[in-house]
Amino acid sequence: MERLEYEFDGGAPVAPRNRPTLTGVLGSGNLEVLVEPADLGGRVRVEVQTAAVGFGAIWQAVLSDVFARWQVGDIRVSINDAGATPAVVALRLDQALSDHTGGGA
Amino acid sequence: MKIHDLLPQLFPHGHDIAFDGEYFAGSAGDVSVIGTCDRAAIGAALSHRMAGEVLRICRDHPGRPILLLVDTLGQKMSRRDETICLNAYIAHLAKCLDHARGRGHKTIGLVYGEAVSAGFLSSSMLADACYALPEAEVKVMNLPAMSRVTKIPLERLEELSRTSAVFAPGVANYIAMGAVRGIWEGDLAACLKAALAEDPGPDTRRALGEQRGGRTLARRVSADVRGDAA
Amino acid sequence: MTSWLESTARERVAGLLDAGSFTEFVPPEARLTSPHLAQLNQPAAFDDGVAVGRGMLNDEPVLIAAQEGAFMGGAVGEVHGAKITGLLERALAERIPVLLLLESGGVRLHEANAGLIAVSEIMRAILALRGAGVPVIVLNGGRVGVFGGMGIATCLCDLLIMSEDARLGLSGPEVIETTMGVEEFDAADRALVWRVTGGKNRAIMGEAVLVADDIAAFRAAIRLDPVPLDVEAEHALLGARLDRFGGMEDALDIWADLGIENPARVPLLDTDAFHAAIRGKTA
Repeated sequence: MERLEYEFDGGAPVAPRNRPTLTGVLGSGNLEVLVEPADLGGRVRVEVQTAAVGFGAIWQAVLSDVFARWQVGDIRVSINDAGATPAVVALRLDQALSDHTGGGA
Repeated sequence: MKIHDLLPQLFPHGHDIAFDGEYFAGSAGDVSVIGTCDRAAIGAALSHRMAGEVLRICRDHPGRPILLLVDTLGQKMSRRDETICLNAYIAHLAKCLDHARGRGHKTIGLVYGEAVSAGFLSSSMLADACYALPEAEVKVMNLPAMSRVTKIPLERLEELSRTSAVFAPGVANYIAMGAVRGIWEGDLAACLKAALAEDPGPDTRRALGEQRGGRTLARRVSADVRGDAA
Repeated sequence: MTSWLESTARERVAGLLDAGSFTEFVPPEARLTSPHLAQLNQPAAFDDGVAVGRGMLNDEPVLIAAQEGAFMGGAVGEVHGAKITGLLERALAERIPVLLLLESGGVRLHEANAGLIAVSEIMRAILALRGAGVPVIVLNGGRVGVFGGMGIATCLCDLLIMSEDARLGLSGPEVIETTMGVEEFDAADRALVWRVTGGKNRAIMGEAVLVADDIAAFRAAIRLDPVPLDVEAEHALLGARLDRFGGMEDALDIWADLGIENPARVPLLDTDAFHAAIRGKTA
């Protein structure tokens, strides 16, 4: 088990009234993503709890790519991961951000 | 302890408990007794028979306390029993015990041998209060088997079980978690008398588990979901 | 049509209840995770594998719990179990019917003692609802099925709705095979496994109402009326079942004995044809 934390310069803040959303399921090879509004001065904070140890650089790359595409801010993203591949992670994050913001990048 | 050593200690004034293989039932003074011995596997026939005895006690001896004496290695592993829905038979025993409770029968469980998984669930865990002898063995699964299924190294499980009551076999763990109310030692007849005199009240196991430090979340989480005022 | 089998626990809740009516108790952001998993190197889910809350079903209030089979096989741990027990106790206090969307392999071994005790608390709470005439309905249509202690708890409830794909049992076939040998139960024989534990056999045994693998079909089969519990009548019924069928080798023999025509074809029938074939011929 490994705990990783990242921060990204956000884009436009997501409306703070958005309810927290949970996307995905913590099944084998999968992950769940909890997105909550947070007062972070426009930034995005990501916390990852993962069963697979030693993939910090890959998480950094996948997350950077996702938050370059999604210009969102003032959100806290919490991830529980059971060994998902980078492709599954990217897909689930897109889905989670779409669920949270009500669709559209 | 062997059942034939236990009964004279529980009932020094005698009893009329009759045995049929792994099953026995009868009474001793004002207490009805139902039990299993020789690490019985609880199958459809055995649980149906125990349920029938509970119903007979309700009819013939209204209000009389029921003592469940438990020695079971768990549910019977049988394709035939599963085919006719073994769950329904064990659930029926649970319904009958609850029916007796509702009609004012105090129900007490005593684990004197082994109590494993569904065998434990279907009997004394549904009693108003469950007790155990010090040498009793209560468990879901032994650690080597648990290690095989979960793929967690046995050494790690053994190490953790020294500080955590949450998964390892043992009466002490079930006491810490509130499921076993206490140990009966010494004068067992006096222990029974004291248990019969106690008011069991509602399901207090979560509160006991919290007080004893073995199960620290269950009471609070269920209260949160119930919406109890803080 | 939306497959129950393919849906997650939360998708089932959303699809079953009146649109937008679900309000969750202790939701994921409360982070009531299991404290017992991290020390065993297991990731913990934000909801500990079960969502509980309230909602509306055809404008009637219901309380609802949904187990997520993809997280540790829907197994019951301390927090998971306490959420279900709390929901059932809330139902007793508020006298509101309960829908249990179960999918569970039984007790979670990583917290086995806590899980086993939790299941017995769930059982006590269901029995209290039965006694009070507040209905508890089980919906079982997930890949894992419902086994172990939750399988017993299921049979305490007023009504069980199952799909053909779902299974209900006490010991899983693999466990029986490992313990007793392949002659007792060949867990690799899928047709055999389903003849023993599957929705169709449970419907023929009189334990379940069979529906198609469709959330709308599950919804349509729900009856929010309490089913009176007559333990004496149930005792006679189960005794007769045991005497008549307890020694039979295979479910096919039981189905034939009940007068179901061409029993070997039963597993192939669609839901409507199945209902027609077993009408008046259940145990």
